[in-house]
Amino acid sequence: MDDQPAPSQSRGDRYGIPAIGLHWGMAVLVVGGWFVGYWMTDLPFSPLKLKVYSWHKWNGVLVFALLFVRLAVRWVQPPPPGEPTPLWQTRLAQAAHVLLYLLLALVPLSGWLYSSAAGFTTVWFGVWPLPDLVPKDAALKVLFRSFHGGFTYALGVLVALHALAAFKHHILDRDRVLVRMVPGLKPRQSR
Amino acid sequence: MRMQPDPWRQSRALTRAFVGALMFCAALPTNAAPIDSARSRVVATFRQMNVPIEGNFKRISGDVVFDAAHPQDAKAVLEIDLASFDLGPGTEDYAQEVRHKDWFDTARFPRATFTLSGARALGPDRFEARGKLALKGRVLDLVATIVRQVDAGAQKFEGQVPIRRLAFGIGEGEWRDPSVVADEVIVRFQLVVPSAGAAGSQNARPAGSVSSGRK
Repeated sequence: MDDQPAPSQSRGDRYGIPAIGLHWGMAVLVVGGWFVGYWMTDLPFSPLKLKVYSWHKWNGVLVFALLFVRLAVRWVQPPPPGEPTPLWQTRLAQAAHVLLYLLLALVPLSGWLYSSAAGFTTVWFGVWPLPDLVPKDAALKVLFRSFHGGFTYALGVLVALHALAAFKHHILDRDRVLVRMVPGLKPRQSR
Repeated sequence: MRMQPDPWRQSRALTRAFVGALMFCAALPTNAAPIDSARSRVVATFRQMNVPIEGNFKRISGDVVFDAAHPQDAKAVLEIDLASFDLGPGTEDYAQEVRHKDWFDTARFPRATFTLSGARALGPDRFEARGKLALKGRVLDLVATIVRQVDAGAQKFEGQVPIRRLAFGIGEGEWRDPSVVADEVIVRFQLVVPSAGAAGSQNARPAGSVSSGRK
């Protein structure tokens, strides 16, 4: 309860509005980008495919950029305190969140590297050319493609666990873990 | 004569080769010097979703007659094997696509031909070159500023020219949309023409080697 500073918090034990907005905004971008990325690779070569690939890259760079904003917000306005849970669960949750943040950086970064190695500069929103991280190289392209795929599946698994854990807290434990992230949501009445 | 078909081209109908050879001879005086295909380059840069992508035509050939003292009499023919357009390793899907009939349609139009009809001096070793580009069954005028360098017994011509791909029907059907692939394509070229003395050794090479590509 000590770190309870957030002026924008309507209730003391929720995340601040910026953190909540970033969380759900990025959730849409990440889940959307994940499924679009899964779908687009099998598209036949067409204008649609080229467009979708570009959108996917713009989206990934946006997630990468927002991640830094989010970490800054977290630093300025620390999360509300959690619920009393067994220590191993707290540790596990912390590890999962560190890994989530790490993968939110690694997935776009490996995609950017993959695009650079493939010889396609990423031009963000079709306006701002980003630097090519590596020169065009067929072997690097294969390497970074496998990284991008591996990180992406790992992120998918972790996001699914993250959501399941939130439901577990809300539905089974009836605590405030999910409530902290959803404005207007109330904890379920205990039996 | 230089128009003898390469091995990779041997399937072409003899009549077409013959007609081509006739036109080629008509266009050029007898003292034409072949370009050094290995040191010459034609590179096209297009923009896809505003991402610049560069491809190189690996097989080009041509003959140039150019006397800097009489640029107006300059004559040249440059032949570009369109199926040799190469975007580098790992871009096979692109390479295959550009051969398709919506793009170069290389089955019907295997080559693009640029025919220079004269030049005028803009300054020392800078010229404005005029000519016609025949591409995918259409012929349009091109004007390019070229810079000439002379070194080690060779003339080197460099320049670039913007081309509107849609004017030639390059990228038809669903590909017409210029917001995906921009209409303007920048073609940069570097042509190395061994001059008189060196040209002799060029001509001594087997005829087919003139149009053999750089690898």
